[in-house]
Amino acid sequence: MDTERLNKILAVFEGKRGGLISILQRVQEEFGYLPEAALSSIADFLKLPPSQVFSVATFYDHFYLTRRGDHLVSVCQGTACHVLGARDILETAEKCLGIKTGQTTPDYKYSLERVACLGSCALAPVVLVDDEVHSKMTVRKVKKILTEDLDDTETRT
Amino acid sequence: MDKSISIQSTEDYGINSAESLRLLRESLIAGEQTTGKVVSVCCGSGCMSSGSEHVRAAFVRGIKDQELEDEITVKKTGCHGFCERGPIVIVGPEKIFYQHVTKEDVPEIISETLIENRVVERLLYEDPVTGQKCFHENDIPFYQKQRRIVLKNCGIIDPTSIEDYIKVDGFQALAKILSQMTPEGVIEEIKLSGLRGRGGAGFPAGIKWETARNAPGEEKYIICNGDEGDPGAFMDRSVMEGDPYSVMEGMMIAGYAVGASQGIIYVRAEYPLAVHHLSTAIAQATDLGLLGHDIMGSGFNFEIKIVKGAGAFVCGEETALIASIEGRSGRPKPKPPFPAIQGLWGKPTVINNVETLANVSRIALNGGKWYSEIGTPTDKGTKIFSLVGKVQNVGLVEVEMGTTLREIIFDIGGGIPGGKRFKAVQTGGPSGGCIPEELLDLPVGYESLAKAGSIIGSGGMLVMDEDTCIVNIARYFLDFAQNESCGQCTPCRLGTKQMFKILRDITRGDGKPGDIEILLELSDAVKQASICGLGMTVPNPVISTIRYFRKEYEEHILERRCRALVCRSLIFYRIKPYRCKACMKCLEACPVGAIIGAKWQVHEIDQSKCIKCGTCMKVCPKRFNAVECVTGRIEGLGDKSE
Repeated sequence: MDTERLNKILAVFEGKRGGLISILQRVQEEFGYLPEAALSSIADFLKLPPSQVFSVATFYDHFYLTRRGDHLVSVCQGTACHVLGARDILETAEKCLGIKTGQTTPDYKYSLERVACLGSCALAPVVLVDDEVHSKMTVRKVKKILTEDLDDTETRT
Repeated sequence: MDKSISIQSTEDYGINSAESLRLLRESLIAGEQTTGKVVSVCCGSGCMSSGSEHVRAAFVRGIKDQELEDEITVKKTGCHGFCERGPIVIVGPEKIFYQHVTKEDVPEIISETLIENRVVERLLYEDPVTGQKCFHENDIPFYQKQRRIVLKNCGIIDPTSIEDYIKVDGFQALAKILSQMTPEGVIEEIKLSGLRGRGGAGFPAGIKWETARNAPGEEKYIICNGDEGDPGAFMDRSVMEGDPYSVMEGMMIAGYAVGASQGIIYVRAEYPLAVHHLSTAIAQATDLGLLGHDIMGSGFNFEIKIVKGAGAFVCGEETALIASIEGRSGRPKPKPPFPAIQGLWGKPTVINNVETLANVSRIALNGGKWYSEIGTPTDKGTKIFSLVGKVQNVGLVEVEMGTTLREIIFDIGGGIPGGKRFKAVQTGGPSGGCIPEELLDLPVGYESLAKAGSIIGSGGMLVMDEDTCIVNIARYFLDFAQNESCGQCTPCRLGTKQMFKILRDITRGDGKPGDIEILLELSDAVKQASICGLGMTVPNPVISTIRYFRKEYEEHILERRCRALVCRSLIFYRIKPYRCKACMKCLEACPVGAIIGAKWQVHEIDQSKCIKCGTCMKVCPKRFNAVECVTGRIEGLGDKSE
């Protein structure tokens, strides 16, 4: 882990109270996840027991302790999406990527997540790929998106 | 104080008095009248994911190509609430409502509507009942029964332009209270209005403010709860994205009334556009002197910062939200002490939901009496519902309290699509309940829905038709609850887990007689023995579905029957041999090779291989209609299920 990059983030929070969650968010933005060494350094910086930092990092869904894929596929499991077939969409995504929900492909290209609700209920079912919302998904559409994206990355690398 | 500031351009003004705000507003309105035609493209999250950003770019390009920039302004607005019809574009002084606009439609709109003043008929909304084309938003049945108070600026103003907000009476309420009212007077108006919290619990806002005002201490806080976690509810997102200024103004008024100089907006991390628009709004207001020190020369100081959530449903509960802002895990604390007395950093803190705060400036400007006359004698004002699920017109609707469920679902929502039958409506998300058809004439209100075993909650309204399985919905909400329980109270942590397991077993055909009674017993324990609103309410979906749809539970348990044909373990696909033409379509399409047969040989499904995906039924030609889906104990079927 790059200590310099971490210290730069921490410096911004010098003297501010209640910064733990914001610090974790910034560190995760920088590194893509929360490396264990970073958690220890953050605990030192805030003069908190490491257990408290670890407790917060594991309490919230948005924090990851392991490296994530380059692309994050989030399948919405909100109420509106659920009654319109979100379960099939999630299962198809699992099949296409060859991983279970919550896992990352071995080549670190994709991580697959379920989210509780993206607030795009009028366009259900929805899938979020990185920052792009794909609306009114069907099994066929999800297959298309995930295989196309895969091909894209393959030609780029 | 300099009251005679002259405004040259929108770049170099500052607002230091109510008078200077008035002058600025007049000059902005005068400036607008000369600019002529406006194209408003909805750039809310919904329309954006349908491609509205491309549409907007195409307008900008097209108008530039034709050198019409001086005559036509392209503006982006927030959400119209009818997201399903997006991208939505409102064109010209006539405000023609175009739906499902793509970038390919743009040249035609420019040449036809903007230049020739002709309507592009095919982009108009067509009333499915009368077949009539609707020219304006207000002609569409979806909008006709609505009363937009909170959403009045959404879809009208550019959510990133503070000038736009000032033009529609923005900050007039703030100017009024700062120059003419005492903090106590503001609280009295809010109390008079009858405004209750729109986040779920429905606590009277005025009393909350008064408690915090009277609490001892110099330092006090106003927190805007934008942690909209209920799956199926998205009104707060729309308001924050489409009219962030109203939320901000509401917080400032609350700050003045309570005696707080610091505001915090806690926003769900899943709402990046809301964070962006709120940050822009705060920066603009600070530049104008509307936030900061000595606002409008009144001596009132107020600043606002944004805190992003980190993904925990329970943080919508106020004590958990405070813990999260303080940098701890979001675990609720027993109340009292209430946050209004001992909240953030131990100081008196008012926490109001986004929609509640957006109501405040309307009340401050028009008076508490005006607001109290909207709605019913017991439930004042309006409420935004997110109407989703199996309903024709999906979207956000703001109606007066007391509107009936039937009016919302059938008149505004257009009823159930595909000629299906209405089954139930689930209100209030994971904390709410299911309301059956016989109660459709129930007027919406805090008490009326509570009596029916549900709640208004945050305003989620999920419509279900005959193809929705009630037990599956209960299972869904308990799955959500057991994931989101913070784990502090044992009955909630373990009770929701056990309830989920029982419901899962029932949907898998492993239900046992007596399960319903155990579910009710557990529900009672979880409700009674949890300290926060989550534990106290999450059994509601189970209790209410058992209350109204007990028969469906019993069918699942005793007959292995799912009448909605949803629970996979209880359904079977089979091919009617006398209808099968052995066309090989299903045989080739089956993803697991579960279909036996050949050309000229009637097909049959091998139940031990079948995963019940329904592909065979979908591909079987309509004229053969040879595949059927059955449920219940059927001879020869069912013993080999998962």
